[in-house]
Amino acid sequence: MIELGKYSTTVLAAYGVSLALLAALIWQTWTANARARRDLEKQENRRNG
Amino acid sequence: MIALLIRDLRLATRAGGGFGLAVAFFLILCALVPFGVGPDTSALRPIAPGILWLGALLACLLSLDRIFALDYEDGSLDLLATAPLPLEGVVAVKALAHWITTMLPLVVAAPLFGLLLHLPAQAVPWLIISLLIGTPAMSMLGAFGAAVTVGLRRGGLLLSLLVLPLYIPTLIFGTEVIRRGQEGGDPATPLLFLAGITTGVIALIPFAAAAALRINLR
Amino acid sequence: MSIWEYANPVKFMRSSGAALPWIVGAAVICTVGGVAWGFLTPEDYRQGSTVKIVFLHVPAAMMAINIWVMMLVASLIWLIRRHHVSALAAKAAAPIGAVMTLIALATGAIWGQPMWGTWWEWDPRLTSFLILLLFYIGYIALWSAVEDADSAADLTGVLCLVGSVFALLSRYAVLFWNQGLHQGASLSVAPGERMSAIYRYPLYLSMLGFFLLFLALLLIRTRTEIRRRRLAALQAKEARA
Repeated sequence: MIELGKYSTTVLAAYGVSLALLAALIWQTWTANARARRDLEKQENRRNG
Repeated sequence: MIALLIRDLRLATRAGGGFGLAVAFFLILCALVPFGVGPDTSALRPIAPGILWLGALLACLLSLDRIFALDYEDGSLDLLATAPLPLEGVVAVKALAHWITTMLPLVVAAPLFGLLLHLPAQAVPWLIISLLIGTPAMSMLGAFGAAVTVGLRRGGLLLSLLVLPLYIPTLIFGTEVIRRGQEGGDPATPLLFLAGITTGVIALIPFAAAAALRINLR
Repeated sequence: MSIWEYANPVKFMRSSGAALPWIVGAAVICTVGGVAWGFLTPEDYRQGSTVKIVFLHVPAAMMAINIWVMMLVASLIWLIRRHHVSALAAKAAAPIGAVMTLIALATGAIWGQPMWGTWWEWDPRLTSFLILLLFYIGYIALWSAVEDADSAADLTGVLCLVGSVFALLSRYAVLFWNQGLHQGASLSVAPGERMSAIYRYPLYLSMLGFFLLFLALLLIRTRTEIRRRRLAALQAKEARA
């Protein structure tokens, strides 16, 4: 384990907050994209089928 | 153009036009501040210019949606858009009418309400000058925000969200003029910045607002 | 072959779909690599281990500004040449920019606490980023409030133009208003002021990673918007039939 000294909470909090925000953004992007793709495929199948 | 201005002024001053409501709101705001921060002169005096500017800004904000909403609903905005007068001119006249009916009374009332907040006497001229120079920009930017949100059903809250960030430079320079004026510093620099913002806004924003109106009237 | 061919949604979908796995891969490698390398750097003698925050703070702040510039360019392309992909790209970029601004603010606040002894200071740079966040929020709110898609694109485009001018104006107004605590630019070209190499190289990698991450997210989000648009068009067609 890397030694962070007296500022360990500061550093860990900064990394934690940033990574959580990024993860939320990526998750939202991913699920929205998956949903749009699924809905579109359903619609196109309905039209063709 | 003058006919349109007179029409707007008449509509605003007629009963139900909301004339004077902004001043009443301004008064209530200034009366509420001492309840929030306490009646101490020493507490009120340093924040008085800021409160007065913020009050004028919020009072302006409340009256913004009236600039275009009524004309949009009864269809006269469509007529104005097809009239020979360019839409940019319509926007400018509407903003001017808003300034005369809403902001000018605020500017006149501000020194009086300043008494409630123990505004020092040497700050009063700077308060009037800064408001006089700064408020036209607020009317014009408000007209832009009103033009963007005119067709929306829940436009009111969005309008504040869009317009308030645009007021930041005006607010900063406006209060800076008063602060420097009352401390005996040199208020010329912020005053010139404030005037520059206002003239720039008056020159350019009508085009953006007219573009937004055309999109909304499509 | 000109760059405008990518304005065709079908063509955009095809080429962006082909490029996406590579960009995602590169983004993951560079971001994880840059941030992890940054995390493992030795302590600064003055700032202690807090110096490690720079590898998140600076790239996020850089992207927060650059994404707004990208939105401005995309909005201009839409307003002038009416390419739908451009408008949708601007829409797709806004939430990414808002999150980047939020990361820059959050890491700045957490960093400021031990360094300056306060979470928040009305410092020009911090204040400017708060204002930038407000502009992002207004832009996103306007997109979601207007129902007609083309009107929304037009209105947000105009707002982006006006907002850019005022964001810049606010930047200088704020500078005038309060001189701050924040240090100057972290990456200076002047010799003697540069960060030492052990910090500089992971920072470069991290910045590259954040940029690629933005690119990957932007492409995915733009593709989502194009699909949604096509779905709406198909549904409208079906309703008419």
